[in-house]
Amino acid sequence: MNKAKDLWHLIGPILTILIAITAIWYVSAVWLNSAWAYDKAKRANVTISFSEMVSDTMIQQKPLLPSPHQVIKEIYKTTILKKVTSKRSLVWHGWITLSATLLGFMFGTTLGILLAVGIVFSKSMDMSVMPWVITSQTIPILAIAPMIIVVLNAVGVSGLLPKAIISMYLSFFPVVVGMVKGLRAPDKMQLDQMHTWSAPKATSFWKLRLPSSMPYLFASLKIGVAASLVGAIVGELPTGAVAGLGARLLAGSYYGQTIQIWSALICAAILAATLVAIIGIIEKITLRKMGIQL
Amino acid sequence: MNKSVISATDLSLTYETNDGPVHALQDIDLNIKEGEFVSFIGPSGCGKTTLLRVIADLESPTKGMIEVNNMTASQARMKRAYGYVFQAAGLYPWRTIGGNIKLPLEIMGYNKIEQEERVSRVLELVELTGFNKKFPWQLSGGMQQRASIARALAFDADILLMDEPFGALDEIVRDHLNEQLLKLWNTTKKTICFVTHSIPEAVFLSSKIVVMSPRPGRISKVIKSNLPNDRTLDIRESKEFLDIAAQVREVLRKGTADE
Repeated sequence: MNKAKDLWHLIGPILTILIAITAIWYVSAVWLNSAWAYDKAKRANVTISFSEMVSDTMIQQKPLLPSPHQVIKEIYKTTILKKVTSKRSLVWHGWITLSATLLGFMFGTTLGILLAVGIVFSKSMDMSVMPWVITSQTIPILAIAPMIIVVLNAVGVSGLLPKAIISMYLSFFPVVVGMVKGLRAPDKMQLDQMHTWSAPKATSFWKLRLPSSMPYLFASLKIGVAASLVGAIVGELPTGAVAGLGARLLAGSYYGQTIQIWSALICAAILAATLVAIIGIIEKITLRKMGIQL
Repeated sequence: MNKSVISATDLSLTYETNDGPVHALQDIDLNIKEGEFVSFIGPSGCGKTTLLRVIADLESPTKGMIEVNNMTASQARMKRAYGYVFQAAGLYPWRTIGGNIKLPLEIMGYNKIEQEERVSRVLELVELTGFNKKFPWQLSGGMQQRASIARALAFDADILLMDEPFGALDEIVRDHLNEQLLKLWNTTKKTICFVTHSIPEAVFLSSKIVVMSPRPGRISKVIKSNLPNDRTLDIRESKEFLDIAAQVREVLRKGTADE
């Protein structure tokens, strides 16, 4: 009895929101697609009842807003029913995007941590690098992505790496900001204490600053991995829609395949949520091992 | 007799601020002998903590001389002449109590076996045997502060510098820790410098009380205590104790009346 109650406390709110979103989605689909349904009927010189209109809005080929079950059916068709090696399989496209995301996330995290260490330990780096780090994020990624692709293509680099670099461009930023804050988290007393033990700077980095920064690092990684995915998708747009979730989005919009767009979109969202959740689990395990109470 | 461990001559420390210079310490002359328990007492802003930080080489004086173990303060710090206990326990939450005590030992390069030996020895000294594997959050505030004292004792420094270590604890815990600290002082024969703003605490613990006054921070009077070394909390009812406390109070009152 109690267990069931606990379970409800856990999934109840999530379920409620899910139902609400689905309801709003269906209502919006009917509302947005009704114009086309009436239009069709008018051209065929028939009048349709409200219920006929509603059922039409659920089955259109190129609806303004596809209904949830259409999207789910499309996802089912392109994941479970398609071989993963097929170019029409969302799993295949998803993997292309995921591999670029993970590589870019690794680059971005490494770069972010290195920059943060530099910024914390060197006053001149703090003054010179930090403004550029912030400036880099004020440039729209859509403007800079094609240039990265074109420039790297000119020097003979194509495929995974250019996309990973765009991913890195987006994901290093939260890591820098979070890690700088984290590495500076030890208070004056803790640093004084290290000083009374005549600890070298490297020692106080490994024994005090780095462990103190862990909660900040994980918070940044969660934002970073989501940003990486966005970067990888954006990186797929200028290459002419060859492969990846970004390509599916672009191809879908070329041909007005709204169902395809939405299913790619939902897949990207599920992918992002999964990545963030995985980092969340690693965070919990790490911090618990470190004895930090959450 | 006992040799001098800490000596300050004509010591001043002035901070330059936007509102003009602040004289944190002015013309301090002080001599602390081996094995003494010296309390620094005074209202806030009198420079008692600053003086302790100068001894610890956490601040540099702008004038005058400070010697610790016949070296400069900085040399003494490098030689690990003192253990410093801060107002907050400052234990690392990701380390066990044992791990926290090992921290300075790791930094100073003791081998693993010796680390373990020292941890169990100092834990016994502060009566925390058996808490080796516990994490800080599993301990009460008073126990955490005892662990931080153990950490300061772990590397055998002859001097213990304590900056209001029991300031954040309630009175009952504080009394208990004061008694323990006295016992510790008697068994280890360390030289202890203890900053406090509680008169009973200063009188109860010290063999010498340095009364300070603010703006500029200077020493008003040094009061020697002749209470026996193995005193217990009951001594606070005795006439000798109350006499010394009255002396301290009078000097403190004079110091603030000057303003």
